Order: sequence, then C-alpha cells, then structure tokens
Amino acid sequence: MPMAARTARKKKPLFDGADWTFDTLRQTYDAIEKVAHSDLKLDTYTNQIEIISSEQMLDAYSSIGMPLMYRHWSFGKHFVSNEVHYRKGAMGLAYEIVINSDPCISYCMEENTMAMQTLVMAHAAFGHNHFFKNNHLFRQWTDAAGILDYLEYARSYISQCEERHGVSEVERILDAAHALMPHGVFRYRRPRQPSLREEEERRRERREHEERTVNYLWNSATDPADTARADAGMRERKRELHLPEENLLYFLEHYSPVLRPWQREVLRIVRNIAQYFYPQKQTKLMNEGCATFVHFHIVNAMHEKGLLTDGALLEILHSHTNVLFQPDFDDPRFSGINPYALGFAMMRDIRRICEEPTPEDHEWFPEIAGAKDWKNVLKEAWANYRDESFIQQFLSPSVIRQFRMFAIADKAEDPFYTVTGIHDERGFRKVRDAFAQNHDLSTLEPYIQVVDVDLLGDRQLMLQHTKRNGVPLEEDQKIATLEHLERLWGFEVKLEEIVS
Amino acid sequence: MGHFVDRRLNPKDKSLGNRRRFLKRVRNHVKKAVDEAVRTREIADADRGEQVIVPADSIAEPNFRHSRKAGTRDYVSSGNKSFRAGDRIKKPPAGGAGESGKQGSDGGEGEDEFLFVLSRDEFLDIFFEDMELPNLVKRGLKQIEVTKPYRAGFSVTGSPSNINVERTMRNALGRRLALKRPKDAEIRALREEIFRLEKVSRPTKKQRNELSTLHDLLEDLLKRQKVISYIDPLDVRYNYFEQRPEPRERAVMICLMDVSASMGEREKDLAKRFFVLLHLFLSRRYKSIDLVFVRHTHNAQEVDEETFFYARETGGTVVSTALVEAQRVIEERYPPSEWNIYIAQASDGENYSGDSKKCVEILNENLMRNCQYFAYVEIVEEAEAEFLNSEENGIELWREYRRVASRWPNFAMKRISRPADIYPVFRELFAKKPVDAHGS
Repeated sequence: MPMAARTARKKKPLFDGADWTFDTLRQTYDAIEKVAHSDLKLDTYTNQIEIISSEQMLDAYSSIGMPLMYRHWSFGKHFVSNEVHYRKGAMGLAYEIVINSDPCISYCMEENTMAMQTLVMAHAAFGHNHFFKNNHLFRQWTDAAGILDYLEYARSYISQCEERHGVSEVERILDAAHALMPHGVFRYRRPRQPSLREEEERRRERREHEERTVNYLWNSATDPADTARADAGMRERKRELHLPEENLLYFLEHYSPVLRPWQREVLRIVRNIAQYFYPQKQTKLMNEGCATFVHFHIVNAMHEKGLLTDGALLEILHSHTNVLFQPDFDDPRFSGINPYALGFAMMRDIRRICEEPTPEDHEWFPEIAGAKDWKNVLKEAWANYRDESFIQQFLSPSVIRQFRMFAIADKAEDPFYTVTGIHDERGFRKVRDAFAQNHDLSTLEPYIQVVDVDLLGDRQLMLQHTKRNGVPLEEDQKIATLEHLERLWGFEVKLEEIVS
Repeated sequence: MGHFVDRRLNPKDKSLGNRRRFLKRVRNHVKKAVDEAVRTREIADADRGEQVIVPADSIAEPNFRHSRKAGTRDYVSSGNKSFRAGDRIKKPPAGGAGESGKQGSDGGEGEDEFLFVLSRDEFLDIFFEDMELPNLVKRGLKQIEVTKPYRAGFSVTGSPSNINVERTMRNALGRRLALKRPKDAEIRALREEIFRLEKVSRPTKKQRNELSTLHDLLEDLLKRQKVISYIDPLDVRYNYFEQRPEPRERAVMICLMDVSASMGEREKDLAKRFFVLLHLFLSRRYKSIDLVFVRHTHNAQEVDEETFFYARETGGTVVSTALVEAQRVIEERYPPSEWNIYIAQASDGENYSGDSKKCVEILNENLMRNCQYFAYVEIVEEAEAEFLNSEENGIELWREYRRVASRWPNFAMKRISRPADIYPVFRELFAKKPVDAHGS
C-alpha cells in the first residue's frame, strides 16, 4: 500500500480528530478536488454537498434515494422496514447517497467523522459524479440537469391528482404502474426527451384532445359495414400501435382504452422515473468500482502529501475494507459477488496491466498491456461500457484467480449443480462469459412484449414472454402482476410463454 | 467548485406521509394490535405506541420475475476451494446454495414479516377511528402540553386578525409627519383656490401665473401624497402573544363497575374503552390524574386495575354499595376542595330491587355536590339497543338515574352497545359549556 510512504511531511494535516466543521469540510473538499481534477483529470458536475441527519438519511433511503418523490405507501413500507432494521442495529446506514443531477447532490450524514466525510466526498462527489457525467448510458438516457425539476413536477402533479380524484384512486394506478416499472423502459431506442415545459404543454394538448375524442381507436371497431375495409383499417390501426412493444407502460399510456388522461400521465411519470434509473441498474459494478477506485486513489494521494493523518487514513481504510468484504460462496453472509469489491479489483487490475503487465496480460489485453497511461484507459472504460460489456472486456484471469471464481450451471430439475469452469486456464473464458451474462439486464429481467390486440373482438391484449433457457415466469407473481395490467388495460390480458 | 448546504434543520419526517399511507394499507393488522393493546394494557398508558406485525404477503408488490423452478441458468460464485470443472455438487434442500442468496425462495416468501412500532399519535388515530371522533377532538387530544397565549408586546409580523390598529396608526402618523406628507385639507384648500382662479373669466397675467404655479404645486403635493403612503407596511404592528403553559390541577377519576355475572368480556371491553377515553380526556386537562377502581357485586371494594377488569366473581347486584365506596374514597383521600373528581360508572343496569332509590339519594345528597361530572354508561346488548330507542324506557336504575340527570347538569348518562357509541357520552360530558358543578 502506498500509504506507507514516509516522505517528509510538506504540509500540515487538514484536520485532526473526529469532529468536523464546515471550515474543515471546505478545505478538505478543496484538497480532494485538486487531486481529482489535476491528478486524475476527472470531469465532474458542480458539487452540492448536503449535510443531513440520520433520520433524513432514512427518509432519502426510502424514496429510492431521491430528495423529492411523490407519495406512495411502498416508500412508507421501506421507511418502516429500514427504520426497524436500523434501530435494531441490523443495518448501518449508507455513509452517503449521491444523485445523478447537475449540480450533483451528495448527502453526507452529520454523524460521520471528519475522516468519513473525506471518504464520502472523494467517493460520491468525485467518483460517482465523474461516472454520472461521463458514462455514455447516463449521457444518453438521463437528463441530469432536469431531473430535480421533473421530480418536483411529478410530485406536485400526483398530489394534485390525489386532491382531485382521491388518494386511493391514485394509489391504485401507482400500484399497477409500479408492478410494471421494470417493463416501463425503452432498452434500445430512446425517444427524444422533451423539456419540462414541452412536457406540460403536451400533457395539456393531449388532455384536450382526449376530451374531444373518446379514444378514436375504438370508434370504428364496432362498425362491420365493410369487412374488407374494416380489415384494412384494423391492420392500419395495429400498425399505429407499433407492435410488438416491449415498453408495457408506454403502450398502456398511449393505447389503453380505459385510462383517463390523468391516469396516462401518472403512467408516464412512473415510466420516466424507471427510465432515469435504468442506467444505474446496468452500471452498478462499474459505478461503485469507479467511486471506490477514485476515493482510494485520492485519500492515498492526500496522505502522501501529508494532508491526512495516519489515524484518518487508517479509519478510512477500515471502512474501505469493510465495504470491499467478499465472503466465500459457502459463507452464510454470501449474497453474490460484491460489486464494490469486484469493480474496485478490476479497476486496480487495469492499472496494474498498464503499468506492470505479465505475459498473460499481453496475451489477453494486447491493447492496454504496458500502455502506461492507465488514467486514460480507465476513463475510457468508465465512459464507454456498462457492467456486462465491461466484464466481457476487462475481467482478467488474474482477478478471476484472486476471487477464486467458478461458474456453475443450474438445471432446475437436476438435483446437482455442475461446475462448468473454474479459475484455471481453460475456465477463464467460461467464467467471464457466464459472469457477463449475469450482468446483462436484458437477460436478467423477463423479456415481455405486447404482441397483439384484438381490436374487433373483446379487446383482449396479448403479451408474450420469451423464455430463455426454459426459464418460465414465477406463477403467483405473474398472476398478481397481470391483475394490475388488466386494471390498466380495462379488458382481459393474456400472457403466453414461448420458447426463444 | 462545490458548495455545502446544511439541511439538518430542514423539516424532518419527510416520509411521514408515506408512512401514514402504509399504515392505512395495513390497517387491519394495526387495528388488531391497537384493540389488543386497549384490552391488555393499563388504562393510564393505553395510548403508548404499539408493536405491529404485518405478514409480508399482505403488502407484497408483485413483478414479473423469473421462476427458479424450471430451466437452466449459469452463475458465477467466488471463493472456490476444491471444485474442478465438471464437478457435480448436490443442491441443498431448499433455497440455500450460495449463489441463490437473497433470492433463494420463490414467490417472495423470502421477505420477512414486518414489525414496527406505532407512534403515540398513530396509535390514537387508530384508537379513535372506532369511536368516530370528529377531527377537532382528535387534534385537541394529541396536544399534550396545553398552553395559553398571553399578550407580550407587539411584533412586525403576524396574522391580519392580530393587527393592532392603534399602534399601527400611531406609527403611520409619526411617519407622515416626519416625511411631511401633504394633508388632505391642504390639498382641498389648494383645489378651491385653483377653482376660484379658474372661474375668473378674464384672468390677468398675474392671475394666470399664479394659476400655473398653483397647478404645479398641486401636482407636486399629489405626487408626494402618493409616494408617502397613508399607511405603509412598515407601520403595521401586530399584537404579539406568547404561549405560556397553562397551569393544570389535579384530578381523580373513580371508575365504578358492576362485575356481576352479566358483565361478560364484551361488556368489560366496552367499559374499558370508555374508561380509557375518559382518561385520555382528563389527562389532557390535568397535570396529574389519579385512578381509583371500585368494583361491586352485592358489596363493593376498591381494587387494582387488574382485578377490576379481569377477576371473576359473582353475586347479586347492589349498585349503591359502589357509590358508598366512592364516597368513602373521596372523604378519605380526595377532599373536593383540592381535587377535581370525576366518577364514571359502567353497568348493565340490573340492580337489586329497591336499591336504585338509595342510589339516587346518595347521588343527590352527596356525590353530585362533590364531583365535577358523573358519567353513567349502561352497556346493553346490540339487539337490546334497538328496541330501547327511547331514553325514557329502561329498567329501574335507568329510570331513577334519569331523575338525577334532570336535576344535576353535571350528570350524564348514555347507553352503549358498540365502541362507536362511546363517543356521544363524551360529547355530553365535554362539548357542553362547563356548568357550575354545585348548582342545581
């Protein structure tokens, strides 16, 4: 560890002891920023660091980490469960929460010691912040400058709805929309994001339009005058429905025959929020890895300069190590591979490959082995990959060995697992491929599409779940979710499972 | 550049609304817990929060998820010790194996039951739901510390209803004087002068000059009058009130209950709810409040709460014994000059024939003079409640008590057959204008 460097102390430490003041925070922040910007050359949004109490942290936790959120009982449920766990001591609170917004907001708890605040600022305000600003998924799909405005809008819109239509009425729609939230994203195409004003303008227009015409889609469906023309018309209308459609919330919002305008808008809000979080789901490993790598680099650089005392560094490294704890598969604490640990390990490994490549690295990573310029290699990676492709590209034999990874195949009807590859010469690729697969959201989440609507008949909606590797949907959940779907569609919904 | 914001003083409890919604969602479980608490707890702390356990499936949020019961999948795990490619590992019986981790079981059974604690407010909300209290009363009840506003000078902010006109006008006058605001009379005089000059059919040059000077002057004055307003926001003063805690005195609440065989679980439960509610009311009014429990069959004794509600004992019913016992307690420990005395009696109305007259006598001669209020609730069967629709009907005790009620305004009586009936008794007790307890 470079911390051992006993170079002559050039500077006085920024702080001593656990207590923090706004002055020390500010000075420390400036020192962190210096390392982040001039040494690591990070590119970040303006930071806004908010000091909050643990109670407020619990609040923020429960509304999916956002500072503003509409009201819903499930956030209350999470609050209650978090609170109970926290009070019992079964759960520590996160040291920080950071929001992909511009300015980038990081919450730090007042209970943190000054050393922890240093860690948190380096981690969130620079690591995550840089990742949010530069990763292509976030750049392409999220509107950091507009999200807080949008949430504000969403909250006031939903509370207006509650005033007008009653809390339970709104709750019914939100419950149903939440059930379909994972299927409320566009995975491949991205519609243009209208600004907030356009958004409201459009909403108004849509409402007016829909008040004039009670869903034109159905008007002629009952007119059997000319079968041929009706058929053509129906085909036309089906084309207008853009089937198949994988974004279920989008489809319902636009084509449900029963929803009232405000209900469509609620679906739209839930869908937009789902879409906003979609990149976070796809980059957990990279995002945490990036933040962890950045804080680790920064605190060590600061310690070398004499800006951090040994005590502060040790305290930081203590939490750092806790976060990176990776239990073995047979440990009761095991719950999968820790994204912090693996992300950090992979990024340190990239640096190692650049600086001190082994022959194996030359073979596996001819482009970057010995490239020296590890900072740029990492920044490229942070900018251009998501978890699945990052693993596919950069998970090295040495990290696979370090974690002693092994891949197993699980056939449900087989009473045995089969080990398909371990951390050896022959297994590397197998492990890496399987692991990359494990991070591909499009295979992790069920693939469900709207495929057909019975426009002439009973308006039945037909969905299709494409089974991969013979994995069906969980039955009880499926039934319960379909009920929600039928509520939004207003008529029967059928879901068939087909084999890909 | 970064900046720091201290949010610690921001309003807390942002999740309160969500929590409330969640409580509504799990209302049935919460209600059960509250009912249980009222039944099992002591009256004095029946309103403490309560632990609630909610089974997870009643608040599940379904999604389309992959089933684990069929198909194949590949996992990667860490910490391999001795496996080689091609090894076969026996699956553990259910859930279990490392990589399945948290998602180990199907259908969300993996989620734990929910356990949480209701706050006092939440508890009271649910408690009163049954009672059908108007919101006003609920709000009042929750205000635990009673304060009263006292005049404490003036302030520059406040609500319009608190404007102090005198002080405001005095300030305005001072400002107008200081800034030399033209007076209305001055302007009126000037206008008259102008009017007079304008009437001259052939003004001399001097008069024309004078007129234009006067016009300028008028314009100037009007402008100044406009700029220097008659009353400026700066002048406004509000009466300022300081909230001072209201001194509260002592009270004793004497609970009388008939525990003869006819008082079953249902009856006692209703009685207990009634006593709990009474206690909540009183504990808001008084700094300290004592509880005395008197139970009676054919004879009466003072007991502790446990015995009061749970002990079983049968025998004939002589209501007057309870009143005598109450009288004794008051005489010995609670001099009416120092204590506010409340007596609440719960009974099914059955009494030993001829005893009711004696009750009336004791009430008239003694108890009613000494207590603030006497509340009598008769607990009847639901079916009975329907044909006893008239206040006048009833058996002996009820009829006799009605005579007391007509004489003493601080005597209230009601029949209850359901928790929802309890509240009206309190309306009689507390919604009325306070009356002189010793008048007749």
